Amino acid sequence: MGTILTLEHLTYTYSPDTPFEKVALDDIDLSIEAGEFVGVIGHTGSGKSTLIQHMNGLLQPTKGRVLFRGRDIWEDKKKLRQIRFAVGLVFQYPEYQLFEETVEKDIAFGPTNMGLSPDEIKGRVREAASLVGLPEALLKKSPFELSGGQKRRVAIAGVIAMRPQVLILDEPTAGLDPRGREMILRQIKEYHTKMGNTVLLVSHSMDDVARFASRVLVMNRSRVFAYDTPEAVFCRGGELREIGLSVPQMTMVADALRQRGYPLPEGIYTVEQAAQALLLLFRGGDAPC
Amino acid sequence: MLKDITIGQYFPGTSVIHRLDPRMKIVLTIVYVVLLFLVENLAGFVLSVVFVLAAYLIARIPVKMIAKSIKPILPILLFTMLLNLFFVRGTVIWQWGVLEITREGVRLSVLMVIRILCLIAGTSLLTYTTSPMTLTDGIERLLKPLGKVHFPVHELAMMMTIALRFIPTLVEETEKIMAAQKARGADMETGSLIHRAKALVPILIPLFLSAFRRAEELALAMECRCYHGGKGRTRMKQMHLAPRDLWALLLTAAALAAVIVCNIFFGSLYG
Amino acid sequence: MRPLIDIEHVTFSYPQENGQGIEVLHDITLQIPAGEFVAVLGHNGSGKSTIAKHMNAILLPMGGKVYFSGLDTAEEENLLPIRRQIGMVFQNPDNQIVSTIVEEDVAFALENLGIAPEKIRERVDEALRAVDMYHYRLHAPHQLSGGQKQRIAIAGVLAMHPRCIVLDEPTAMLDPKGRQEVMRVLHELHRQYHTTVVLITHFMEEAVQAERVVVMDDGKILLDDTPRAVFVQIDRLKAVGLDVPQVTELAAVLRAAGVNIPAALLTEDECVAALTAALEETDGNHTHA
Repeated sequence: MGTILTLEHLTYTYSPDTPFEKVALDDIDLSIEAGEFVGVIGHTGSGKSTLIQHMNGLLQPTKGRVLFRGRDIWEDKKKLRQIRFAVGLVFQYPEYQLFEETVEKDIAFGPTNMGLSPDEIKGRVREAASLVGLPEALLKKSPFELSGGQKRRVAIAGVIAMRPQVLILDEPTAGLDPRGREMILRQIKEYHTKMGNTVLLVSHSMDDVARFASRVLVMNRSRVFAYDTPEAVFCRGGELREIGLSVPQMTMVADALRQRGYPLPEGIYTVEQAAQALLLLFRGGDAPC
Repeated sequence: MLKDITIGQYFPGTSVIHRLDPRMKIVLTIVYVVLLFLVENLAGFVLSVVFVLAAYLIARIPVKMIAKSIKPILPILLFTMLLNLFFVRGTVIWQWGVLEITREGVRLSVLMVIRILCLIAGTSLLTYTTSPMTLTDGIERLLKPLGKVHFPVHELAMMMTIALRFIPTLVEETEKIMAAQKARGADMETGSLIHRAKALVPILIPLFLSAFRRAEELALAMECRCYHGGKGRTRMKQMHLAPRDLWALLLTAAALAAVIVCNIFFGSLYG
Repeated sequence: MRPLIDIEHVTFSYPQENGQGIEVLHDITLQIPAGEFVAVLGHNGSGKSTIAKHMNAILLPMGGKVYFSGLDTAEEENLLPIRRQIGMVFQNPDNQIVSTIVEEDVAFALENLGIAPEKIRERVDEALRAVDMYHYRLHAPHQLSGGQKQRIAIAGVLAMHPRCIVLDEPTAMLDPKGRQEVMRVLHELHRQYHTTVVLITHFMEEAVQAERVVVMDDGKILLDDTPRAVFVQIDRLKAVGLDVPQVTELAAVLRAAGVNIPAALLTEDECVAALTAALEETDGNHTHA
């Protein structure tokens, strides 16, 4: 499938030449392959929010380039809106952007801006609603009558309805209860499997990233700290803890046992993996290393 | 970012003027404005200019800041100047068709400009050296006697405080909503005026809803913290007049007196 | 001795437009003695926030009685005496800070109570030190991180010298670092000042740290016990949409496969210790065999 997004020497400075000047991104090089499910982690202030706003051209790099399918997105400013349709970005607490009278109209906002035909828009709204698990009956309701979790799914559907080739979600589960969190994450995973599109999921939860991502991007102090498979990233548990990030609980348990001389394989990060490896030990078999 | 812009252009500092009691600063500013309107001759004008420039020096506020605060009223300033220049009768010194400039016109327009400049410089100095919060406190306490005649002094001050507190939050929120709608292809920069006005709807509705939600939550939080209006309320920060406040008052009063004396001895430029 | 918070057979419903209410609390009885650290766990809509708002007379019961420190919350003249003894902290840190200067915000409640200025100063400084925010006393709230703002909100109620602090999902909008900061402050208050803490949350990591966990579901109390006794009931918790710690889950999986380890494991350390002990035993058996 090839590379879909490339960042070359990307640097971004907030409020340059003022006392508030702050380098938010410092010489970032990164290529994202089409079809990946990328988990993005890092502290508040590590640059991850600034990074994703460059991917759809909401922010313009101070230095460096952003390439979408090999083309500089700032080459032709008139085409910038096309990039925003191709790289869909769901912000934190996206339910606060809802404004239409009905759920249907709100989801249709993006597709309408794309200039699609009414029939096409209708089809896309239905498709997006079903992808996020919103029942048809809700489409005619006001978005403000819905529960918190439902509102959030309406907002996500509003971006999915543009059929972006890349879907970026900034902490889509923030503030939800465990049930709401689980529902959203599962739907995103399903969307990824069904559509085969590229997904970037920004999250504070190592456990969520570990469960879903095929690649993990770790940001630290305006730079890329790691971009690799979850196994490879969580193997660097010590370093992650040094930069103040946690590792999945299962990785911590496995690391501690390994330190005590039990031959557990590296790269354990889910309960199933840990249970499997431990059962092998308990049954006396030699665990593969 | 937008939220880094401070409201009321406050310049933090530790100069004597910064440390003056805000009530005194408000009173002194009023005295200075009165002084400006009393000035009638050259000596008085020199005095008022020197007075305000000295205050800027003491407060360590760059004098070029005056230029900055003049900018928004520049059209009015020019208009007043031209009006005085062309329409005051007297000794004609230049003529072109029906337009004529008189000696008196030049004199008056120059004096008018100086007066307005001093006015802006003086009142700006108040906001440069006093944080909006302190200023609100100062106003509240100055107006306190009005509470006796059921003027809602405390309520007004509380509203001011909350507005100051939430402006940065709402500005930040507006930026966020704008970015979110742009990500859905909202186009706010091109098109006709009507198109652009329409494009504001997706920003204003979420913003208002959010402001209402915040107001409701804030009211609840204030109630939980035993807020029950201004009655029986005390304040942590007390305002005390220090010797420096009295010196400042004396100095300004002296300037006012000097202007009056000048008026008596040197006569009026306005004939 | 009478419990500090005494909730007796409380029912409550929010009024609806059609005149009929939806009952959100069904006959709740709950006693919280002074000095306890209680976590109230439940998904959104379980009634946990509603019960919290009954504790300081923001809401009044429709049936039953609520007493705080022996004072009936339904009596008008008890309102201020109750509210000065019970501090309330809410989810959104931005929407509970009143002033543009940190220290003035902390002074807000004391000013409302008409306390003498010198006394206010003393208590504000003390409260700011208790939440480790003294250095930020002259900052503007919008310059602070979420966790710092929430600590300011805690200092604001702490300055009243309350006997009890009720926190309604104080960490839901925070990042992991902010969450840790808030939890550390709460434990410190509980330890040093023996303040009663009622923590409403849907994060099980936080509930694990409490002395007692009350699980709510559908307006009723489902479980009320020590964290250990509550979290072993994995199936019941999952059925009401709550999480259990991964280590507890791991223990359950291993036990189901016949490994002899305790079920009530709550932290990584406990889990590692239990696994080490069990593995040593197995090793011993293998050697003997």
